[in-house]
Amino acid sequence: MTDGAGNPAPAPGATVTVTVDGRTVEVPDGATVLDACTAAGVDTPTLCFGDTITARNVCRICVVDVAGSRALVPSCSRRAEPGMEIGTDTPRVRHARRMVLELLASSVDLSLTDHVEEWSIRYGADPDRFGPDAATVAQPVKVDNDCFVRDYSRCILCYQCTDACGEQWQHTFAIAIAGRGFGATVSTEHDVTLPDSACVYCGNCIEVCPTDALMFRTEFDLRTMGAWAPERQTRTDTICAFCGVGCTLTLHVQRGATDDEGDRIVKVTSPHGSSVTGGNLCIKGRFGAGHVHS
Amino acid sequence: MVVLWGSNARETHPIFFHHVLRAVRAGARLVVVDPRRTATAEFADLWLPIDVGADIPLAHAIAHEIIAAGLVHEEFVARATTGYAEFAAQVADWSPERAEAVTGVPADLVRAAAHAYATAPKAQLCWTLGITEHRSGVDNVLALCNLALLCGHVGRWGSGLSPLRGQNNVQGGGDMGALPNRLPGFQAVTDPEARTRVEAVWGHPVPPEDGRNLTEMFAAMETGDLRAVYVLGENPAQSEADVTRARRLLGDLEHLVVQDLYLTRTAELADVVLPATAAWCEADGTVTNSERRVQRVRAAVRPPQGARDDLAILTAVAERLGTPIGPPDPETMWDELRRVSPLHAGMSWVRIEALGGIQWPCPSETGLEPSFLHGRLWADDPAERGRPAPFSVVEWVPPADPLAADFPIRLTTGRRLDSYNTGVQTRRFSSPLRFGETVDLSPADADALGVAPGEVVRVVSRRGAVEAPVRIDPGLRAGLAFMTLHFGDDVDTNRLTIEAVDPKSGTAEFKATAVRIERIPAPVGAPDAPPAR
Repeated sequence: MTDGAGNPAPAPGATVTVTVDGRTVEVPDGATVLDACTAAGVDTPTLCFGDTITARNVCRICVVDVAGSRALVPSCSRRAEPGMEIGTDTPRVRHARRMVLELLASSVDLSLTDHVEEWSIRYGADPDRFGPDAATVAQPVKVDNDCFVRDYSRCILCYQCTDACGEQWQHTFAIAIAGRGFGATVSTEHDVTLPDSACVYCGNCIEVCPTDALMFRTEFDLRTMGAWAPERQTRTDTICAFCGVGCTLTLHVQRGATDDEGDRIVKVTSPHGSSVTGGNLCIKGRFGAGHVHS
Repeated sequence: MVVLWGSNARETHPIFFHHVLRAVRAGARLVVVDPRRTATAEFADLWLPIDVGADIPLAHAIAHEIIAAGLVHEEFVARATTGYAEFAAQVADWSPERAEAVTGVPADLVRAAAHAYATAPKAQLCWTLGITEHRSGVDNVLALCNLALLCGHVGRWGSGLSPLRGQNNVQGGGDMGALPNRLPGFQAVTDPEARTRVEAVWGHPVPPEDGRNLTEMFAAMETGDLRAVYVLGENPAQSEADVTRARRLLGDLEHLVVQDLYLTRTAELADVVLPATAAWCEADGTVTNSERRVQRVRAAVRPPQGARDDLAILTAVAERLGTPIGPPDPETMWDELRRVSPLHAGMSWVRIEALGGIQWPCPSETGLEPSFLHGRLWADDPAERGRPAPFSVVEWVPPADPLAADFPIRLTTGRRLDSYNTGVQTRRFSSPLRFGETVDLSPADADALGVAPGEVVRVVSRRGAVEAPVRIDPGLRAGLAFMTLHFGDDVDTNRLTIEAVDPKSGTAEFKATAVRIERIPAPVGAPDAPPAR
């Protein structure tokens, strides 16, 4: 047995001891270098890594130095090995993380991506240094249905949406990577609109998207109107009413600005640690809540 | 191995099906028994294309083959079951070849499924309404239980029998005693010990006899024995089979009270409508899912003005009836349940919250029971093993609505991915997948009738007729048609269905209606009438 990255199955109960920036930590056999960094109390930036998808290690922002390794190592997918000496703040690591941030932020709209500002300050990233003519993936937002929109000017090609749609969860295969090099993009078959594609609107791609390139239509419309108000939003876990599986729904509810304006369910997610859903829902759970507002 | 029998889980239980897919990717075999080649069947190693209502002959033929091939789990059968000899004698008559004649399933497929099931180290046998919405629904379930007993596929981790419940709390409703023959904790009304336990907490005597199920209630309305009805969160004016009759009986009542989120077709018939809140997001409480997991629902949204929590309404009604039943506080009510139901005794809300849900049985606040039932059947100690599980000798009862020259097509009903039941809730969200009601026909039947996709045709049964556009579904075999119950305001599918009821469960045979398809001639002089030739 191997995991998705081809590693052998871990021995249950066994542990591995490594050092992170000189500190010794013990992690379960099978843990990643990223897990070891976290165990050592080191905050590691990640973009393409998601907790419900097998790591693809494509963004390279989580790279670390490992003693004896010529190249930097993607911490999200490399297994911690006995005696590994991990450096997370070496000049090489800082340089690589700064470059990743600059290249991504100069070409992709990361304005809705968590932590990017903080990391940019930490690593001194200056995306503007490539000048105003730097190539970007800017393009119009794809608004073709009432459930969700796709803004690929925010897409870092992390593959999480295609993996969630494909063999890791949904097995619908409505989207895949099309094109090559800088022209590579997430696309439906022949770039048809979602209603003409195989999409079943489970929204499990939205759940894993780290940059908000995929966004509920409700959120998109409220943002467009300037009415998106996180300070008036709450999150409450409850159980979906549309079949007997018992999926946990996290209802993101925006209170009305005034007492006359009612509450509105603006987004529905599911806890990634749920043993029932693993963070996944179907169209009814994800988008079917609107009836309480009718 | 996973068997899905009469279940289109890919569309009706999509997140359960994720778990199935994960098993399939890890090497589990998937067998799907369904008259339609559904989206679920597309993922199967074996699809058994069964004729509607032939489940018992198919199960018997699988059992026949398991016995004939010497694949019975003899140790389990000898130690943990009764009635094997009678059962084996009955299925001896059901060779795969004989069954093929009435089920439509080729004998070699029956043999393949039988061998796969019997030789699997672990096998989960799951079903949905394709099994239960028949007049032989209970017997259908028993026929499947026989297969699990034959192979010892019950009472072990990963091996068992799973009805996939269609609603988020249909399991919990029954567990709470919202059945005519059950007390809270699924205890029989006729069990004196259980009654005593409940009476001690409630301070009232409990009538010792079973009440009427839904079907019997409609029968009692017909005879005039039942003249007042209180409906909570149900829409029988659209969901009942032979809905014309249901509407007449509801309309003829002396008094009808409906408690619902919306002014449903049933509420339109009511004398009093009590507007309720949405239990899953405007109120606090619990629901119980298909795997018997009790989970918390929580108020996330303030309800619209005038709508009240179901519990608040019920306690207020009780108060007005002169029998106060306590404050309308869900956790207090839950703790009362824990005192009368041994299954739930160990489930405090704090614990449910901490564990993200708890499966019953949970008799104690310390520790949890195994996630599967019937493990006792494997115990070495006969005392611990307890009462053996009986094989059931069940006879095949074909569908009540026979096919005939004037009703040659078998109509079956079911759900689509983006809709739910009578659509009261789901028609209120915009789904890009929705195309409204259609009558789905096989390519062969559409061809024979000369109808094109989108053409509105008349679907006629022995009870009524509706008009709907044709959709051609290559997953349907010749002679089989499909409709949903989601769009009753537009196409009243339940005018067609038959109120042929399983006397044991009270469930009607929604899955098997005999129909014919009639083309509708364009009216003379209509602008789009084709030119005369």
